[in-house]
Amino acid sequence: MNIIVCIKQVPDTEQLQKVKVDPQTNTLVREGVPGIINPFDENAIEEALRLKEKKGGKVNVLSMGPSQAAESLRKALAMGVDEAVLLSDRLFAGSDTLATSYTLAMAIKRIGPFDLILLGKQAIDGDTAQVGPGLAEWLNLPQITYARKIEVNEDKIRVERVLEDVFEVVESPLPVVVTVTKDINEPRYPSLRGLIRAKKEKIPTWTAEDLPLDKRRIGLEGSPTQVVKVFIPKPPRKGDILSGEISQVVDKLILEMEKRSII
Amino acid sequence: MRKIKIIVEKCNGCEECLSSCLFSAIKIENKRVRILDNCNLCGACIDACPFQAIVLEQEEIRVDLSSYRGVWIFVEQRKGEIMPVTYELLGMGRTLANDLGEELSGVLLGSHMRGKAEELLNYDLEKIYLIEDPLLESYRTHLYTQVIVDLVNHKKPEIILMGATSLGRDLAPRVATRLQTGLTADCTGLEIDKKERNLIQTRPALGGNIMARIISPYHRPQMATVRPKVMKRARPGHSKKAEIIEIEPKVSQDNEAVKIISLIREEKEAVDLQGAEIIVSGGRGLGKPENFSLMRKLADLLGGAVGASRAVVDAGWIQPYHQVGQTGKTVQPKLYIACGISGAIQHQVGMRTSEVIVAINKDPEAPIFNIATYGIVEDLHKFLPVLIEKLEERGKS
Repeated sequence: MNIIVCIKQVPDTEQLQKVKVDPQTNTLVREGVPGIINPFDENAIEEALRLKEKKGGKVNVLSMGPSQAAESLRKALAMGVDEAVLLSDRLFAGSDTLATSYTLAMAIKRIGPFDLILLGKQAIDGDTAQVGPGLAEWLNLPQITYARKIEVNEDKIRVERVLEDVFEVVESPLPVVVTVTKDINEPRYPSLRGLIRAKKEKIPTWTAEDLPLDKRRIGLEGSPTQVVKVFIPKPPRKGDILSGEISQVVDKLILEMEKRSII
Repeated sequence: MRKIKIIVEKCNGCEECLSSCLFSAIKIENKRVRILDNCNLCGACIDACPFQAIVLEQEEIRVDLSSYRGVWIFVEQRKGEIMPVTYELLGMGRTLANDLGEELSGVLLGSHMRGKAEELLNYDLEKIYLIEDPLLESYRTHLYTQVIVDLVNHKKPEIILMGATSLGRDLAPRVATRLQTGLTADCTGLEIDKKERNLIQTRPALGGNIMARIISPYHRPQMATVRPKVMKRARPGHSKKAEIIEIEPKVSQDNEAVKIISLIREEKEAVDLQGAEIIVSGGRGLGKPENFSLMRKLADLLGGAVGASRAVVDAGWIQPYHQVGQTGKTVQPKLYIACGISGAIQHQVGMRTSEVIVAINKDPEAPIFNIATYGIVEDLHKFLPVLIEKLEERGKS
């Protein structure tokens, strides 16, 4: 079975945490913050590799982004995917989820026949969760979001979806687009052999010229949404520290909860 | 095409703009400012420049959007019950519709939903589109997409709001892509720019480290999913009677589509964390997995649910669906009690909009205290038993 995994490189928020907000300019400096594979996309890669181990076939991984995103593709190669492609062109810059899903869909058509497309349920930088369903729509395929378990039998897929209060089991014919949650698996570490191979591998870059794109549908022009302002939210409130004897503190806390009619 | 332009005559290379850029997309070369390709046109540098040397250039695109009128909200139902987020959308939608001087309509898909539609007549809205068919009883992406897209093409609303629930976030991007229009996910603020009649959508990004304001000026309808429990609920008791308009859907059984096989409900602890009004969350400070029983006891006493930090989920102390935070769930309960959780930014992102946060931690330096409404620097193993005991007494009296 042929699987295509779409991944996104995102800033490592563990590092972002250490970045101070400048109180003078009220801005956040991202300089030097390393890029990582979006954590949910790592689960998607892992799931693709496990399905391949069971069913045979091939795993392709695809990412759209600046040239640095090749590093994330290299990590995917080290984990064991067969091929990687980077979509990178200044014409793609400023893409919103509509333009991104269009561009990915066109690249997927070029990669060739597939049975399954996997993505993380959302990226931790934008948190939109819109590219998966958008991609399914451009490819005119069914979609299954929030998967925590995937089973493939012949030409059908059975997936457990994580909803708010229940797990929904659904079945779909292939090919299909599936987005995964972190509950689905524990991503593997790259092996030494994988790392050596990934280092040597040449990752092809496809630009806008390499795909039969409608130029009005890519980048800023193909993006209906426009970011008009970005700002830092108000610093979090600093509350009261309740201190004293434990039993007094407990009484105080219960009283406060009652005052606020929480309990 | 929009772009950031530097007015060379005004720029003296002072570098004030450099630190204003959230995306490190500005470079100074030979005392000249250069905007790099990763610029996303947020405009932060425009405000930062003391010499007004940075401007946003844009071509005026004129599209006739005036045929799109009115605000729609998607009435989310599961198993025939209307989901709480619907009432929040009704409240927000009313404000937006009033600011535009337009009608507010609800769109309800399902089977045997007439009674529920009539209940909605108690709320302040003008129309309810009721679309019924046995195939629409449970949510299925392709059928709901098709019905909504048909209705939008026919009625042309200018704004569509859906709840940012698992259902709304599955449906909205599919609809927006088919309509080739703009969609903003998980909004926490919405307002109307009365001059341009644009919907200004505010949402957190980068794990809540930044907020973005987003518009879709040249496309209609403008679509947004709205984070549950942020907007104020509409109140019933309206005498003005909305009109229920029944629409015959064009749907048919499709064997090539996704089919629902079954629903799995796990034990009571798999409760809807996002719907809980009170959450008792445990972290590493609990010491060992068995101590989650303390969390359960406290949660049961308060009628709440049990949450957890990533550290203890990764350590296998508790099931992943309890995890609160960036890679877990985002929650906004009335009360969040963090026990032995240090409160890394990834955890804070998932809970910091809770109404009241109580933090219990031995370490006075724990970051959780920066956002706690009430901080208690204490050993939770000493504190919680007393709290539980007093709550039990209170329950008896």
